[in-house]
Amino acid sequence: MADILARYDFLGAFWLTIQLSFWSALGALVIGTVVAILRVSPVPVLRLLGTAYVNTFRNTPLTLLMVFSILGASYVLGLEISDNVTTNIFYWAIIVLSVYHAAFVCEALRSGVNTIPAGQAEAARSIGLTFSQSLTEVLLPQAFRGAIAPLGSTLIALIKNSTVAAVIGAAEAAGLMAVIIENETGSVLVFFLFAVGFVILTLPVGILFTSLSRRLAVKR
Amino acid sequence: MSEPLVVIEGVNKHFGDLHVLKDINLSIDKGEVVILIGPSGSGKSTLCRTINRLETFESGSITIDGKTLPDEGKELANLRADVGMVFQSFNLFAHKTILENVTLGPIKVRKTPKAEAEKKAMELLGRVGVAHQAEKYPAQLSGGQQQRVAIARSLAMNPKVMLFDEPTSALDPEMVQEVLDVMVGLAKDGMTMIVVTHEMGFARKAADNVVFLADGEIVETNTPSEFFSNPTSARAKDFLSKILTH
Repeated sequence: MADILARYDFLGAFWLTIQLSFWSALGALVIGTVVAILRVSPVPVLRLLGTAYVNTFRNTPLTLLMVFSILGASYVLGLEISDNVTTNIFYWAIIVLSVYHAAFVCEALRSGVNTIPAGQAEAARSIGLTFSQSLTEVLLPQAFRGAIAPLGSTLIALIKNSTVAAVIGAAEAAGLMAVIIENETGSVLVFFLFAVGFVILTLPVGILFTSLSRRLAVKR
Repeated sequence: MSEPLVVIEGVNKHFGDLHVLKDINLSIDKGEVVILIGPSGSGKSTLCRTINRLETFESGSITIDGKTLPDEGKELANLRADVGMVFQSFNLFAHKTILENVTLGPIKVRKTPKAEAEKKAMELLGRVGVAHQAEKYPAQLSGGQQQRVAIARSLAMNPKVMLFDEPTSALDPEMVQEVLDVMVGLAKDGMTMIVVTHEMGFARKAADNVVFLADGEIVETNTPSEFFSNPTSARAKDFLSKILTH
Protein backbone atom coordinates (compact mmCIF):
# COMPACT_ATOMS: atom_id res chain seq x y z
CA MET A 1 0.00 0.00 0.00
CA ALA A 2 2.77 2.37 0.97
CA ASP A 3 4.48 1.95 -2.38
CA ILE A 4 1.26 2.70 -4.21
CA LEU A 5 0.86 5.92 -2.23
CA ALA A 6 4.48 6.79 -2.97
CA ARG A 7 3.90 6.45 -6.70
CA TYR A 8 0.63 8.38 -6.85
CA ASP A 9 -0.02 11.96 -5.81
CA PHE A 10 -2.60 11.23 -3.11
CA LEU A 11 -2.32 14.66 -1.43
CA GLY A 12 -2.25 16.45 -4.78
CA ALA A 13 -5.54 14.81 -5.73
CA PHE A 14 -7.18 15.90 -2.48
CA TRP A 15 -5.71 19.36 -2.96
CA LEU A 16 -7.54 19.54 -6.28
CA THR A 17 -10.73 18.38 -4.54
CA ILE A 18 -10.29 21.22 -2.05
CA GLN A 19 -9.68 23.76 -4.82
CA LEU A 20 -12.70 22.55 -6.79
CA SER A 21 -14.86 22.66 -3.67
CA PHE A 22 -13.66 26.08 -2.55
CA TRP A 23 -14.24 27.89 -5.83
CA SER A 24 -17.50 26.04 -6.49
CA ALA A 25 -18.79 26.88 -3.00
CA LEU A 26 -17.99 30.53 -3.63
CA GLY A 27 -19.67 30.44 -7.03
CA ALA A 28 -22.70 28.59 -5.67
CA LEU A 29 -23.06 31.11 -2.83
CA VAL A 30 -23.00 34.09 -5.21
CA ILE A 31 -25.32 32.58 -7.84
CA GLY A 32 -27.57 31.06 -5.16
CA THR A 33 -27.95 34.44 -3.43
CA VAL A 34 -28.86 36.13 -6.71
CA VAL A 35 -31.41 33.43 -7.52
CA ALA A 36 -32.85 33.65 -3.99
CA ILE A 37 -33.26 37.43 -4.45
CA LEU A 38 -35.06 36.75 -7.72
CA ARG A 39 -37.38 34.32 -5.96
CA VAL A 40 -38.38 36.79 -3.22
CA SER A 41 -38.52 39.87 -5.48
CA PRO A 42 -41.82 41.71 -5.98
CA VAL A 43 -41.55 41.37 -9.79
CA PRO A 44 -43.45 38.26 -11.03
CA VAL A 45 -41.20 37.75 -14.10
CA LEU A 46 -38.08 37.66 -11.92
CA ARG A 47 -39.73 35.25 -9.48
CA LEU A 48 -40.61 32.97 -12.40
CA LEU A 49 -37.02 33.15 -13.63
CA GLY A 50 -35.70 32.16 -10.20
CA THR A 51 -38.17 29.29 -9.90
CA ALA A 52 -37.27 28.05 -13.38
CA TYR A 53 -33.57 28.09 -12.47
CA VAL A 54 -34.09 26.08 -9.31
CA ASN A 55 -36.38 23.55 -10.96
CA THR A 56 -34.03 23.08 -13.90
CA PHE A 57 -30.79 22.55 -12.01
CA ARG A 58 -32.15 20.84 -8.92
CA ASN A 59 -33.82 18.20 -11.08
CA THR A 60 -30.98 17.53 -13.52
CA PRO A 61 -28.44 14.84 -12.58
CA LEU A 62 -25.06 16.39 -11.80
CA THR A 63 -23.27 13.74 -13.86
CA LEU A 64 -25.34 14.71 -16.88
CA LEU A 65 -24.47 18.40 -16.48
CA MET A 66 -20.82 17.51 -15.96
CA VAL A 67 -20.63 15.38 -19.12
CA PHE A 68 -22.52 18.03 -21.08
CA SER A 69 -19.99 20.68 -20.09
CA ILE A 70 -17.22 18.85 -21.95
CA LEU A 71 -18.93 16.77 -24.64
CA GLY A 72 -21.67 19.31 -25.32
CA ALA A 73 -20.42 22.74 -24.43
CA SER A 74 -16.69 22.36 -25.07
CA TYR A 75 -16.53 19.96 -28.03
CA VAL A 76 -19.79 20.51 -29.90
CA LEU A 77 -20.47 24.15 -29.13
CA GLY A 78 -16.78 25.05 -28.95
CA LEU A 79 -17.11 26.81 -25.60
CA GLU A 80 -13.63 26.01 -24.40
CA ILE A 81 -12.47 28.20 -21.55
CA SER A 82 -8.83 27.26 -21.95
CA ASP A 83 -6.80 25.61 -24.73
CA ASN A 84 -5.19 23.45 -22.08
CA VAL A 85 -7.40 20.37 -21.69
CA THR A 86 -6.75 20.00 -17.94
CA THR A 87 -7.44 23.66 -17.23
CA ASN A 88 -10.57 23.57 -19.37
CA ILE A 89 -11.86 20.60 -17.37
CA PHE A 90 -11.01 22.33 -14.09
CA TYR A 91 -12.92 25.51 -14.99
CA TRP A 92 -15.91 23.66 -16.38
CA ALA A 93 -16.09 21.48 -13.28
CA ILE A 94 -16.21 24.61 -11.12
CA ILE A 95 -18.93 26.17 -13.29
CA VAL A 96 -21.08 23.05 -13.26
CA LEU A 97 -20.67 22.49 -9.51
CA SER A 98 -21.47 26.17 -8.84
CA VAL A 99 -24.52 26.30 -11.07
CA TYR A 100 -25.89 23.00 -9.74
CA HIS A 101 -25.41 23.74 -6.05
CA ALA A 102 -26.65 27.33 -6.42
CA ALA A 103 -30.15 25.85 -6.71
CA PHE A 104 -29.73 24.28 -3.27
CA VAL A 105 -28.13 27.42 -1.79
CA CYS A 106 -31.11 29.40 -3.09
CA GLU A 107 -33.59 27.08 -1.39
CA ALA A 108 -31.59 27.12 1.86
CA LEU A 109 -31.61 30.93 1.82
CA ARG A 110 -35.29 31.01 1.03
CA SER A 111 -35.97 28.83 4.04
CA GLY A 112 -33.85 31.36 5.96
CA VAL A 113 -36.00 34.21 4.67
CA ASN A 114 -39.04 32.28 5.89
CA THR A 115 -37.68 32.34 9.46
CA ILE A 116 -38.10 36.13 9.44
CA PRO A 117 -41.54 37.31 10.58
CA ALA A 118 -43.29 39.04 7.64
CA GLY A 119 -43.79 42.12 9.81
CA GLN A 120 -40.08 42.94 9.69
CA ALA A 121 -40.19 43.38 5.92
CA GLU A 122 -43.22 45.64 6.39
CA ALA A 123 -41.42 47.60 9.09
CA ALA A 124 -38.42 48.00 6.77
CA ARG A 125 -40.67 49.35 4.02
CA SER A 126 -42.59 51.57 6.40
CA ILE A 127 -39.44 53.48 7.44
CA GLY A 128 -38.81 54.19 3.75
CA LEU A 129 -36.18 51.57 2.88
CA THR A 130 -36.22 50.56 -0.79
CA PHE A 131 -36.50 46.90 -1.79
CA SER A 132 -32.72 46.53 -2.16
CA GLN A 133 -32.09 48.28 1.17
CA SER A 134 -34.63 46.03 2.90
CA LEU A 135 -32.81 43.05 1.40
CA THR A 136 -29.29 44.02 2.37
CA GLU A 137 -30.11 45.52 5.79
CA VAL A 138 -32.94 43.41 7.11
CA LEU A 139 -33.76 40.27 5.13
CA LEU A 140 -30.47 38.79 3.86
CA PRO A 141 -28.43 39.16 7.10
CA GLN A 142 -31.15 37.28 8.97
CA ALA A 143 -31.74 34.84 6.12
CA PHE A 144 -28.06 33.81 6.09
CA ARG A 145 -28.04 33.41 9.85
CA GLY A 146 -31.22 31.35 9.75
CA ALA A 147 -29.93 29.23 6.88
CA ILE A 148 -26.49 28.33 8.24
CA ALA A 149 -27.33 24.71 9.04
CA PRO A 150 -28.83 23.88 5.60
CA LEU A 151 -26.00 25.87 3.93
CA GLY A 152 -23.53 23.64 5.81
CA SER A 153 -25.29 20.53 4.53
CA THR A 154 -25.15 21.93 1.01
CA LEU A 155 -21.41 22.59 1.35
CA ILE A 156 -20.78 19.03 2.55
CA ALA A 157 -22.83 17.70 -0.35
CA LEU A 158 -20.84 19.90 -2.71
CA ILE A 159 -17.50 18.59 -1.43
CA LYS A 160 -18.63 15.03 -1.95
CA ASN A 161 -20.30 15.83 -5.28
CA SER A 162 -17.01 17.26 -6.56
CA THR A 163 -16.08 13.60 -7.14
CA VAL A 164 -18.46 13.67 -10.10
CA ALA A 165 -15.84 15.81 -11.86
CA ALA A 166 -13.92 12.54 -12.26
CA VAL A 167 -16.26 11.61 -15.12
CA ILE A 168 -14.81 14.42 -17.23
CA GLY A 169 -11.28 13.52 -16.23
CA ALA A 170 -10.53 15.92 -13.41
CA ALA A 171 -7.61 14.52 -11.43
CA GLU A 172 -9.30 15.03 -8.06
CA ALA A 173 -9.55 12.40 -5.34
CA ALA A 174 -12.18 10.16 -6.94
CA GLY A 175 -10.37 10.39 -10.28
CA LEU A 176 -7.14 9.21 -8.67
CA MET A 177 -8.96 6.43 -6.86
CA ALA A 178 -10.30 5.16 -10.19
CA VAL A 179 -6.77 5.25 -11.64
CA ILE A 180 -5.27 3.35 -8.71
CA ILE A 181 -8.02 0.71 -8.85
CA GLU A 182 -7.51 0.40 -12.59
CA ASN A 183 -3.73 0.10 -12.45
CA GLU A 184 -2.95 -1.43 -9.05
CA THR A 185 -5.53 -3.02 -6.82
CA GLY A 186 -9.19 -2.75 -5.93
CA SER A 187 -8.59 -3.58 -2.29
CA VAL A 188 -10.89 -2.37 0.42
CA LEU A 189 -7.98 -0.41 1.82
CA VAL A 190 -7.95 1.91 -1.19
CA PHE A 191 -11.64 2.72 -0.78
CA PHE A 192 -11.15 3.15 2.93
CA LEU A 193 -8.24 5.56 2.46
CA PHE A 194 -10.20 7.82 0.12
CA ALA A 195 -13.30 7.63 2.29
CA VAL A 196 -11.25 8.75 5.29
CA GLY A 197 -9.85 11.57 3.17
CA PHE A 198 -13.35 12.87 2.53
CA VAL A 199 -14.41 12.48 6.15
CA ILE A 200 -11.40 14.57 7.15
CA LEU A 201 -12.61 17.28 4.76
CA THR A 202 -16.30 17.20 5.60
CA LEU A 203 -16.44 16.43 9.32
CA PRO A 204 -14.88 19.77 10.40
CA VAL A 205 -17.22 21.59 8.01
CA GLY A 206 -20.17 19.98 9.74
CA ILE A 207 -18.87 20.81 13.21
CA LEU A 208 -18.05 24.39 12.20
CA PHE A 209 -21.49 25.05 10.69
CA THR A 210 -23.31 23.49 13.63
CA SER A 211 -21.47 25.74 16.06
CA LEU A 212 -21.97 28.77 13.80
CA SER A 213 -25.69 28.10 13.52
CA ARG A 214 -25.89 28.02 17.29
CA ARG A 215 -23.83 31.16 17.86
CA LEU A 216 -25.28 33.29 15.07
CA ALA A 217 -28.93 32.33 15.53
CA VAL A 218 -31.11 35.43 15.69
CA LYS A 219 -32.91 35.56 19.05
CA ARG A 220 -36.64 35.96 18.57
CA MET B 1 -58.02 77.17 5.53
CA SER B 2 -55.08 74.99 4.66
CA GLU B 3 -55.34 71.61 2.96
CA PRO B 4 -55.72 68.71 5.44
CA LEU B 5 -52.56 66.62 5.96
CA VAL B 6 -54.09 63.27 5.01
CA VAL B 7 -56.92 63.08 2.51
CA ILE B 8 -58.56 59.75 1.72
CA GLU B 9 -61.03 59.94 -1.18
CA GLY B 10 -63.30 57.19 -2.43
CA VAL B 11 -60.99 54.34 -1.48
CA ASN B 12 -62.23 50.84 -2.29
CA LYS B 13 -60.52 47.54 -1.62
CA HIS B 14 -61.45 43.88 -1.96
CA PHE B 15 -59.87 40.75 -0.52
CA GLY B 16 -61.15 38.37 -3.18
CA ASP B 17 -64.94 38.64 -3.02
CA LEU B 18 -64.88 40.46 0.30
CA HIS B 19 -65.37 44.22 -0.03
CA VAL B 20 -63.20 45.33 2.91
CA LEU B 21 -63.11 49.07 2.28
CA LYS B 22 -66.25 50.65 0.82
CA ASP B 23 -65.81 54.09 -0.63
CA ILE B 24 -63.90 55.51 2.33
CA ASN B 25 -63.66 59.30 2.59
CA LEU B 26 -61.71 60.81 5.45
CA SER B 27 -59.50 63.82 5.95
CA ILE B 28 -57.19 64.47 8.83
CA ASP B 29 -55.77 67.88 9.71
CA LYS B 30 -52.26 68.56 10.89
CA GLY B 31 -52.00 67.85 14.60
CA GLU B 32 -55.25 65.91 14.68
CA VAL B 33 -55.48 62.62 16.55
CA VAL B 34 -58.00 60.21 15.03
CA ILE B 35 -59.05 56.90 16.53
CA LEU B 36 -60.25 54.16 14.17
CA ILE B 37 -62.55 51.86 16.08
CA GLY B 38 -64.89 49.07 15.09
CA PRO B 39 -65.64 45.38 15.37
CA SER B 40 -63.22 42.73 14.20
CA GLY B 41 -63.20 42.56 10.42
CA SER B 42 -64.56 46.08 10.03
CA GLY B 43 -61.56 47.15 7.93
CA LYS B 44 -59.97 49.50 10.47
CA SER B 45 -56.51 47.86 10.35
CA THR B 46 -56.70 47.57 6.58
CA LEU B 47 -57.54 51.26 6.30
CA CYS B 48 -54.62 52.14 8.56
CA ARG B 49 -52.22 50.02 6.47
CA THR B 50 -53.58 51.45 3.24
CA ILE B 51 -52.43 54.92 4.23
CA ASN B 52 -48.77 53.99 3.65
CA ARG B 53 -49.67 51.42 1.03
CA LEU B 54 -48.70 48.30 2.93
CA GLU B 55 -52.10 47.35 1.52
CA THR B 56 -52.94 48.22 -2.06
CA PHE B 57 -56.36 49.52 -3.02
CA GLU B 58 -58.30 49.40 -6.27
CA SER B 59 -59.89 52.79 -6.63
CA GLY B 60 -59.78 56.19 -4.99
CA SER B 61 -56.81 58.20 -3.86
CA ILE B 62 -54.83 58.94 -0.74
CA THR B 63 -52.94 62.21 -0.48
CA ILE B 64 -50.39 62.99 2.19
CA ASP B 65 -49.31 66.61 2.58
CA GLY B 66 -50.48 67.38 -0.95
CA LYS B 67 -48.68 64.40 -2.52
CA THR B 68 -50.69 61.53 -3.96
CA LEU B 69 -49.58 58.07 -2.90
CA PRO B 70 -47.62 56.54 -5.81
CA ASP B 71 -47.90 52.88 -6.78
CA GLU B 72 -44.43 51.50 -6.16
CA GLY B 73 -40.75 52.25 -6.31
CA LYS B 74 -38.46 54.97 -5.02
CA GLU B 75 -41.19 57.62 -4.76
CA LEU B 76 -43.33 55.39 -2.57
CA ALA B 77 -40.33 54.67 -0.34
CA ASN B 78 -39.77 58.42 0.04
CA LEU B 79 -43.38 58.97 0.98
CA ARG B 80 -43.34 56.10 3.47
CA ALA B 81 -40.33 57.67 5.14
CA ASP B 82 -42.63 60.58 6.08
CA VAL B 83 -45.29 58.29 7.51
CA GLY B 84 -44.40 56.56 10.77
CA MET B 85 -45.92 53.16 11.42
CA VAL B 86 -46.21 51.26 14.69
CA PHE B 87 -47.37 47.65 14.46
CA GLN B 88 -49.25 45.38 16.81
CA SER B 89 -46.32 42.95 16.88
CA PHE B 90 -43.59 45.66 17.22
CA ASN B 91 -41.60 44.26 14.25
CA LEU B 92 -38.21 45.41 15.50
CA PHE B 93 -35.28 44.12 13.42
CA ALA B 94 -34.24 41.11 15.50
CA HIS B 95 -30.58 41.03 14.38
CA LYS B 96 -29.92 44.69 15.18
CA THR B 97 -29.47 46.37 18.55
CA ILE B 98 -32.07 48.80 19.87
CA LEU B 99 -29.86 51.72 18.84
CA GLU B 100 -29.30 50.27 15.35
CA ASN B 101 -33.05 49.75 14.97
CA VAL B 102 -33.62 53.45 15.55
CA THR B 103 -30.68 54.74 13.45
CA LEU B 104 -31.20 52.48 10.40
CA GLY B 105 -33.82 54.68 8.74
CA PRO B 106 -32.09 58.02 9.34
CA ILE B 107 -28.72 56.67 8.12
CA LYS B 108 -29.96 54.76 5.06
CA VAL B 109 -32.95 56.83 3.98
CA ARG B 110 -32.21 60.35 5.23
CA LYS B 111 -28.42 59.97 4.80
CA THR B 112 -27.84 61.43 8.26
CA PRO B 113 -24.22 61.02 9.46
CA LYS B 114 -23.93 58.09 11.89
CA ALA B 115 -22.83 60.13 14.92
CA GLU B 116 -25.67 62.59 14.48
CA ALA B 117 -28.22 59.79 13.96
CA GLU B 118 -27.02 58.06 17.14
CA LYS B 119 -27.25 61.25 19.15
CA LYS B 120 -30.81 61.85 18.00
CA ALA B 121 -31.66 58.18 18.57
CA MET B 122 -30.41 58.32 22.16
CA GLU B 123 -32.55 61.41 22.76
CA LEU B 124 -35.61 59.62 21.40
CA LEU B 125 -34.86 56.45 23.37
CA GLY B 126 -34.58 58.68 26.44
CA ARG B 127 -37.91 60.25 25.62
CA VAL B 128 -39.63 56.85 25.50
CA GLY B 129 -37.69 55.68 28.57
CA VAL B 130 -35.47 52.91 27.19
CA ALA B 131 -32.16 54.74 26.69
CA HIS B 132 -30.38 52.36 29.09
CA GLN B 133 -31.29 49.40 26.84
CA ALA B 134 -29.69 50.86 23.69
CA GLU B 135 -27.05 48.13 23.29
CA LYS B 136 -29.44 45.21 23.83
CA TYR B 137 -31.27 43.19 21.20
CA PRO B 138 -35.08 43.31 20.79
CA ALA B 139 -35.58 39.77 22.18
CA GLN B 140 -34.01 40.90 25.48
CA LEU B 141 -36.68 43.57 26.05
CA SER B 142 -40.23 43.27 27.33
CA GLY B 143 -43.11 43.80 24.94
CA GLY B 144 -43.84 47.26 26.30
CA GLN B 145 -40.20 48.28 25.93
CA GLN B 146 -40.07 46.89 22.40
CA GLN B 147 -43.16 48.83 21.42
CA ARG B 148 -41.68 52.04 22.84
CA VAL B 149 -38.52 51.39 20.81
CA ALA B 150 -40.73 50.90 17.74
CA ILE B 151 -42.27 54.31 18.42
CA ALA B 152 -38.79 55.84 18.73
CA ARG B 153 -37.79 54.17 15.46
CA SER B 154 -40.72 55.84 13.70
CA LEU B 155 -40.06 59.19 15.36
CA ALA B 156 -36.43 59.13 14.23
CA MET B 157 -37.65 59.73 10.67
CA ASN B 158 -39.39 62.97 11.69
CA PRO B 159 -42.69 61.72 10.28
CA LYS B 160 -45.49 64.09 9.29
CA VAL B 161 -48.06 61.61 10.48
CA MET B 162 -47.92 58.44 12.54
CA LEU B 163 -50.03 55.34 12.10
CA PHE B 164 -50.63 52.98 15.01
CA ASP B 165 -52.11 49.58 14.16
CA GLU B 166 -53.41 48.18 17.47
CA PRO B 167 -50.20 49.16 19.29
CA THR B 168 -51.24 47.74 22.66
CA SER B 169 -53.18 44.63 21.63
CA ALA B 170 -50.21 42.26 21.91
CA LEU B 171 -49.04 43.60 25.27
CA ASP B 172 -49.44 42.21 28.75
CA PRO B 173 -51.96 44.36 30.66
CA GLU B 174 -49.36 45.96 32.93
CA MET B 175 -47.37 47.17 29.93
CA VAL B 176 -50.23 48.85 28.10
CA GLN B 177 -50.04 52.01 30.18
CA GLU B 178 -46.36 52.73 29.52
CA VAL B 179 -46.99 52.64 25.77
CA LEU B 180 -50.17 54.73 26.01
CA ASP B 181 -48.33 57.31 28.12
CA VAL B 182 -45.79 57.76 25.32
CA MET B 183 -48.60 58.09 22.79
CA VAL B 184 -50.46 60.66 24.90
CA GLY B 185 -47.21 62.62 25.14
CA LEU B 186 -46.88 62.56 21.35
CA ALA B 187 -50.45 63.74 20.89
CA LYS B 188 -49.88 66.61 23.32
CA ASP B 189 -46.76 67.61 21.35
CA GLY B 190 -48.93 68.06 18.27
CA MET B 191 -48.15 64.88 16.33
CA THR B 192 -50.75 63.94 13.73
CA MET B 193 -51.84 60.43 14.64
CA ILE B 194 -54.14 57.79 13.23
CA VAL B 195 -54.65 55.09 15.82
CA VAL B 196 -56.45 51.77 15.56
CA THR B 197 -57.22 50.91 19.17
CA HIS B 198 -59.89 49.86 21.62
CA GLU B 199 -58.28 51.78 24.48
CA MET B 200 -61.15 53.96 25.60
CA GLY B 201 -59.02 55.82 28.12
CA PHE B 202 -56.53 56.86 25.46
CA ALA B 203 -59.33 57.91 23.13
CA ARG B 204 -60.91 60.14 25.78
CA LYS B 205 -57.60 61.62 26.87
CA ALA B 206 -55.88 62.26 23.57
CA ALA B 207 -58.17 61.90 20.58
CA ASP B 208 -59.86 64.70 18.66
CA ASN B 209 -62.14 62.41 16.70
CA VAL B 210 -63.35 58.86 16.75
CA VAL B 211 -64.14 57.18 13.44
CA PHE B 212 -66.34 54.12 13.82
CA LEU B 213 -66.12 51.53 11.05
CA ALA B 214 -68.29 48.49 10.44
CA ASP B 215 -68.26 46.15 7.45
CA GLY B 216 -65.78 48.33 5.57
CA GLU B 217 -67.78 51.53 5.89
CA ILE B 218 -67.39 54.62 8.02
CA VAL B 219 -70.59 54.55 10.06
CA GLU B 220 -70.04 57.40 12.45
CA THR B 221 -67.51 60.16 13.15
CA ASN B 222 -67.67 62.06 16.39
CA THR B 223 -65.70 63.49 19.28
CA PRO B 224 -64.66 60.84 21.82
CA SER B 225 -66.96 62.05 24.61
CA GLU B 226 -69.96 62.24 22.29
CA PHE B 227 -69.19 58.92 20.64
CA PHE B 228 -68.79 56.97 23.85
CA SER B 229 -71.72 58.55 25.70
CA ASN B 230 -74.19 59.26 22.88
CA PRO B 231 -73.51 57.07 19.84
CA THR B 232 -76.03 57.88 17.11
CA SER B 233 -75.91 54.78 14.92
CA ALA B 234 -77.38 51.44 15.91
CA ARG B 235 -74.14 49.64 14.93
CA ALA B 236 -72.09 51.83 17.23
CA LYS B 237 -74.54 51.40 20.10
CA ASP B 238 -74.42 47.65 19.67
CA PHE B 239 -70.62 47.63 19.47
CA LEU B 240 -70.19 49.84 22.53
CA SER B 241 -72.65 47.83 24.57
CA LYS B 242 -70.48 44.78 23.93
CA ILE B 243 -67.16 46.34 24.91
CA LEU B 244 -68.30 48.61 27.74
CA THR B 245 -70.23 46.10 29.83
CA HIS B 246 -67.05 44.54 31.20
